[in-house]
Amino acid sequence: MASGVKPRVKVPKTAAAGDAITIKSLISHKMESGQRKDKEGNLIPRSIINRFTVEFNGQSVLDMTMEPAISTNPYVQFEALVPEAGDFVFTWYDDDGSVYDTTKSIAIG
Amino acid sequence: MEFSRRETLALGLGAAVVTVLPFSVNAAADDVIATFTGGADMADTGIELIAPEIAENGNTVPVAVNAAGASAIMLIATGNPTPGVAQFNFGPLAASQSASTRIRLAGTQEVVAIAKLADGSFAKTSAIVKVTIGGCGG
Repeated sequence: MASGVKPRVKVPKTAAAGDAITIKSLISHKMESGQRKDKEGNLIPRSIINRFTVEFNGQSVLDMTMEPAISTNPYVQFEALVPEAGDFVFTWYDDDGSVYDTTKSIAIG
Repeated sequence: MEFSRRETLALGLGAAVVTVLPFSVNAAADDVIATFTGGADMADTGIELIAPEIAENGNTVPVAVNAAGASAIMLIATGNPTPGVAQFNFGPLAASQSASTRIRLAGTQEVVAIAKLADGSFAKTSAIVKVTIGGCGG
């Protein structure tokens, strides 16, 4: 039901081993808070992304719990350590059970 | 200065609303804080919360939290219908225990950040954000 969900992540292509890099992530999602009413005065049911996780080669970087107070198109910026070349896996969990994920590879150099 | 009966009643009613409203709002926020900390004492240092003094649009208010060595940071908007905003749990590969995101604020209120530090203690900080247009529909 949540239509047009598109994850976007900005990760540098390369980094030095042991470096800290800044990652920016955004997913287009309306994040319906469950507080709003439609024209007839009925509550629009809550529909949000409730969890966002980032892993690098299976090790956790960030595990974030989201509540309805997170804005439309949730944006998160954070820093990660890159001990070796590998893949960042970003996963978003929707209220309706959908899971969206995207992977970004990073090389050492 | 003399009050008529009508003015006195109106004054009393206004005072009652003013005292009851913030209490009910804060009670919900306190519950969220108590669940996170387990009622432990909170220090004032060791956590930083960056939020704008005035937010024109309550639908997207940029905030950033930073607490060196924290394992988790919780963000609470004390004046929202549901006070919890987000909880960041940092893994071993987090380069710094900091993150920024955009949140919704229903109106002018206090935003609170609480960090669970590496030694198991808690640190708390807060910021007052003035909101021109609230972000909760309604």
